[in-house]
Amino acid sequence: MREVAILGVGLNKKWGELWDKSLRQIFVEAALAALDDAGVDKLDSMYIGSMSSGLFVGQEHISSLLADYLGHTPIPATRIETACASGGAAVRLGFIEVASGMSDVVLVGGVEKMTDVTGSEATYALGTAADQEYEGYHGLTFPGLYALIARAHMEKYGTTREQLALVAVKNHRHGAMNPVAQFPFEITVEGVLNSVLVADPLRILDCSPITDGAAAAILCPVEMARSLGKPVVKIIGSGQATDSIALAQRKDITWLEATYQAAKQAYQMADKTPADIDVLEVHDCFTIAEICVLEALGMVDKGEGGRATEAGWTSLEGKMPVNPSGGLKAKGHPVGATGVAQIVEIVRQLRGEAGQRQVKGARLGLTQNMGGTGGSSVVHILARED
Amino acid sequence: MPTPAKYWREIPQRYRLEAAKCQACGQVYFPPRQVCALCGSRKFSPTRLAERGKLLTYTIIRVPPHQFTDLAPYAVGIAELEDGVRLTSQIVDCSFDELRVGLPVKLEFRKIYEEGQAGIICYGYKFVPE
Ligand SMILES: [Zn+2]
Repeated sequence: MREVAILGVGLNKKWGELWDKSLRQIFVEAALAALDDAGVDKLDSMYIGSMSSGLFVGQEHISSLLADYLGHTPIPATRIETACASGGAAVRLGFIEVASGMSDVVLVGGVEKMTDVTGSEATYALGTAADQEYEGYHGLTFPGLYALIARAHMEKYGTTREQLALVAVKNHRHGAMNPVAQFPFEITVEGVLNSVLVADPLRILDCSPITDGAAAAILCPVEMARSLGKPVVKIIGSGQATDSIALAQRKDITWLEATYQAAKQAYQMADKTPADIDVLEVHDCFTIAEICVLEALGMVDKGEGGRATEAGWTSLEGKMPVNPSGGLKAKGHPVGATGVAQIVEIVRQLRGEAGQRQVKGARLGLTQNMGGTGGSSVVHILARED
Repeated sequence: MPTPAKYWREIPQRYRLEAAKCQACGQVYFPPRQVCALCGSRKFSPTRLAERGKLLTYTIIRVPPHQFTDLAPYAVGIAELEDGVRLTSQIVDCSFDELRVGLPVKLEFRKIYEEGQAGIICYGYKFVPE
């Protein structure tokens, strides 16, 4: 396998409700930003993560549509779908293609345009990531499924309602320093605890929003990146795994086995341990998710995610800064773009380009992106080369 | 939401609680599967789901999908039944204050919601506290 570097990264200018922009426009905006950052204009192929362009904008076959509007036909382009982990899976396939020697310059991107439909249609589209026949049929929603995880975690490990709130408060504090973020402002624990109940015990400020957004990264062999004159960031570990998409089918409702398995593969490939990681971008689609993910990644012991958050370990100044970008909660969660946007943030952190939200001296970063309630998970480990 | 064919083919599970028991290792699956996730066997015998169990976790849905608008707020949970099967369903005939992990429940046949895409009334099982 060849060593793979990330030559350039980009997001569309602002995430949020972009009523004046189409799916193809926001994708091209992000892809051009990544191409400019990389200083290349020729691509060998593209992988695009998108969970449900069909339900959100009534358009499938966006792989070729986007290659065309980016001005890159006839290169091969393929859309990847693993629910909210689609972006992470696209990155992994691009990594494999460059590592194999099949292609030299590959664009991995993600896009979701979610605000063209009503809130209830968006809820339905997102619900298709759960088991429609045996979860959705009984009236479960995504916040409802994560609420089931939260209740079980509180019962089993004594995780508190305040600890959940602290995840959102911390991610908003980080997001306030990110100009792209949909919600670049701070919130308080009281604000979270007094926000409207969505699915007990989760409230609206425990939930990531509905977002329009796109992200892209350019992958290439490491030798090519060394000639660019910027700090070189390599993908040194990649893992992906599956689990039952129905929560009831899992042995332990509080445990994200697919994330554990994906992380194990990535640590092994990178020859690193959780203690080596300087900065993380993880899938905080709901506050409880970030807590469970930290446990599955081995960053904290089983059941300790809430207490680690309360102790400040996961804040920008803490011993394991998590979601300096603001995470899904504050930056926004355009589902198919999220996994690629995590890569964008970690590359900026490792290059030392993250401005106010820079984790000082970060040299090794981890991204974790998951679909549904953890039925799929993708983990990457990135390292700065010197 | 269910088309008539999609609804009709799930009737054995939803109306008659038909599960599948692995002939090799005895694991019971609901819904039925074709391959045992534990031992890889492809041979199953039909069995009826245990009807009693205990709540493992629960929530109250305050913001429902559109077809459940008239029902909200409503409780949903996962229970572990006496045969080891874990099942997701609504919890009815109890006040929200009574909900707790470990609550004994039994399965009862109820209406789930009206008007799928085909205008059908959808039935299935719900949890009722014992
Ligand atoms: Zn078996």
